[in-house]
Amino acid sequence: MAAPRIIVVGGGLAGLAAVIKIAEAGGTVDLFSIVPVKRSHSVCAQGGINAAKNLKGEGDTTDKHFDDTIYGGDFLANQSPVKAMCEAGPGIIDLLDRMGVTFNRTPEGLLDFRRFGGTLYNRTAFAGATTGQQLLYALDEQVRRFEAEGKVKKYEGWEFLSAILDSKGTARGITALDLRTMELRAFKSDAIIIATGGIGAIFGKSTNSVACTGSAQAALYQQGVYYANGEFIQVHPTCIPGEDKLRLMSESARGEGGRVWVPRKSGDSRPFKQIPESDRWYFLEEWYPKYGNLVPRDVATRAIHKVVYEHGLGIDGQPMVYLDLSHIDRATLDRKLGGILDIYEKFVGDDPHDVPMKIFPGMHYTMGGLWVDVNQMTNIPGVFAAGECEYQYHGANRLGANSLLSCIFGGFRSGPNALEYAKSLPAADGDGGEAAEIARQTTINNALLNNKGTENPFKLWRELGNVMTEHVTVIRYNKGLQQADDKVVELLDRYKNVNLSDKSQWANTSFAFARQLKNMLELSRVVALGALNRDESRGAHFKPDFPDRNDERFLKTTKASFTASGPAFKYEEVDTQFIKPRPRRYDAAK
Amino acid sequence: MADKTVSLEIKRQASPDDPAVWETFELEWRPGMNVISAMMEIAANPVTAAGKPTTPVTYDSNCLEEICGSCAMRINGKARMACSSLVDNLEQPIRVEPLSKFPLVRDLQVDRSVLFENLKKVKAWVPIDGTYDLGSGPRILPQQQEASYPLSNCISCTCCMEVCPQFSVDTGFVGAATIAQVKLFNDNPIGKVFKEERLRALAGDGGVQECGFAQNCVEVCPKGIPLTSAISDVSRDVMLQKAKDFFRS
Repeated sequence: MAAPRIIVVGGGLAGLAAVIKIAEAGGTVDLFSIVPVKRSHSVCAQGGINAAKNLKGEGDTTDKHFDDTIYGGDFLANQSPVKAMCEAGPGIIDLLDRMGVTFNRTPEGLLDFRRFGGTLYNRTAFAGATTGQQLLYALDEQVRRFEAEGKVKKYEGWEFLSAILDSKGTARGITALDLRTMELRAFKSDAIIIATGGIGAIFGKSTNSVACTGSAQAALYQQGVYYANGEFIQVHPTCIPGEDKLRLMSESARGEGGRVWVPRKSGDSRPFKQIPESDRWYFLEEWYPKYGNLVPRDVATRAIHKVVYEHGLGIDGQPMVYLDLSHIDRATLDRKLGGILDIYEKFVGDDPHDVPMKIFPGMHYTMGGLWVDVNQMTNIPGVFAAGECEYQYHGANRLGANSLLSCIFGGFRSGPNALEYAKSLPAADGDGGEAAEIARQTTINNALLNNKGTENPFKLWRELGNVMTEHVTVIRYNKGLQQADDKVVELLDRYKNVNLSDKSQWANTSFAFARQLKNMLELSRVVALGALNRDESRGAHFKPDFPDRNDERFLKTTKASFTASGPAFKYEEVDTQFIKPRPRRYDAAK
Repeated sequence: MADKTVSLEIKRQASPDDPAVWETFELEWRPGMNVISAMMEIAANPVTAAGKPTTPVTYDSNCLEEICGSCAMRINGKARMACSSLVDNLEQPIRVEPLSKFPLVRDLQVDRSVLFENLKKVKAWVPIDGTYDLGSGPRILPQQQEASYPLSNCISCTCCMEVCPQFSVDTGFVGAATIAQVKLFNDNPIGKVFKEERLRALAGDGGVQECGFAQNCVEVCPKGIPLTSAISDVSRDVMLQKAKDFFRS
């Protein structure tokens, strides 16, 4: 039998981690990515990666990391995979170190660690404030090495459209679109690993990159993969609002001593320096004395919302609060946070060494994603998933600096598992469903190109982003969630009248975007209706009308499956075999 | 119509075989606007200032935080990242063109894969034994980390290559970005196992001696990478390597 051929879709940390494991085990990989893999969204991660190395004499352990992660996720994550991830953390950091990641160091030459949200331990390894960039580059370099050895073939500038499924519903390959020539093509493989990241674009503006549309996940959901816990959306407390996106201001700013505050008096127009300590309200420190500014993201986000909208204390009456680093000396800031402070100065024009930054929460991360089993395989045989596009490591809320770890860990798991699966896969009957899938995709493409309607896809997208941001982020009411879904249904209807202003067959970005948009709309329904159905508050999912966690009804994984009339929901028990669920609170030590 | 508008002139070219044309756009000014957000506005309403319907502009972009390196283009004649080019800081009309040293794909999109090929040639990686658990990496003093970190910040935007008088796809000069990566990996305690190979890869045609010390690269680098000092260090090492190889042969 020929060596198994694996397709990896997505070249961020999870995808590259999978590629490395497969190439190392002797497999060959076709790697697909919309952008050159070195430009994947993982570069945007700033603050660091968690692992209980315990190099600070604090008595940190992987068990404590496990407990912090489960507790931070409000007990919704299945515990076995999370435990395995936390246990693998120290080894993953060592490996990255050996790959040459320029982690910050202690005077003795050891890895330095800092504190992040939702923990009391210095557990986060970091490379300045560009840790994601440094980690992605390290994996990118290893993949380039395998590419030079002929074990990996990259298809950069190709977009995944669908899985090719045989008559038994087993994956036999993918269809993809060459974003330059607009060629539609089928690629055979014995297993597929989806590592396509986040879904920020369904909220219009977010901290995510342009490529993070969730289109691949949504396409697979429409082909029968369950989408799990879609309603759990992380809104990052500290972002820089912008015209084109919300730029992240890393949690590491608080990890290094940054303090969040507003003037106590509404409409206080004094420059910040003239506002004495007694007139400043450090509300996170007051409300959460044990964790202070380093409460988990959902908690910080709701607190900022409350201060701005209920207390009316946003700076200059705007939805903004101060994130202040100006009390920390310049050299320390440059050494530990240089990259992100430069970005703030470039995009806002103020120097955060001297002036507090003005920030506000913004959509950042999806805890939900493609449903996978402990081997990272979805319910479609041969389709695996790893990284942000799957659901299993963060429960109802992700802790800062756990995402890079879960990407690499999930990628490392999925690669060998896909290879193992592929080795025992019987040959396909006939063409394995290839001709039928190409025909289906051709029909979709032709319909789009020949449509004579009046709707501009970019305008529909703005309407989608506005309604999702208004009703399906920080504070959720059932009435608003229903409105959001109604609006998405309306947009799906109007989508039928999309008219492309560009009908050419060369590097046509409108065409590619219009295809993504349809998928975004389908996925938005999963998120909005999943939230509507979950009448409780848990982690990032907060309903004022149902303020408590309800374990009896909702200590369950949401599983959405696609039907012609919209998503159908069922619920699955959560694995809680190691840590018994207990109330989650951050105003005192847990 | 809003009181304040923004005027852009964008060089359009439907494909490498089509003629280039300039199109002018008048957009409503919004606070914090940058060149990318302006092009997003055009996509939502693709009409020129003269009222002529056109197509959304094709360009590369991804992170919009100046860290992915995608959106390099020439803005008012200068190679820079479009996402961090704030409209308020630019003279109008803002003239936007593709990078000129790389094969054009469409509009502002060019093919910069030559950089990734160059990184392959110089083995820009640390050759680890494997991904299995082999314990912690080498100790590295903070001073060494602080020297290496800026080099590892290179976002592969290719601005340094665009502005280099010596670089073109025809000359084969690898350019500053690749040379700086050679320094990064040669300084790594394990990466330096390929030091001689990397230096030899930079010793011949298209290698480091093509550099004419114009210093444009270091001025244009959006990440402030010390490119010229990396080039001098690598040049010196290449010379030493050449001498060593000469006496060995």
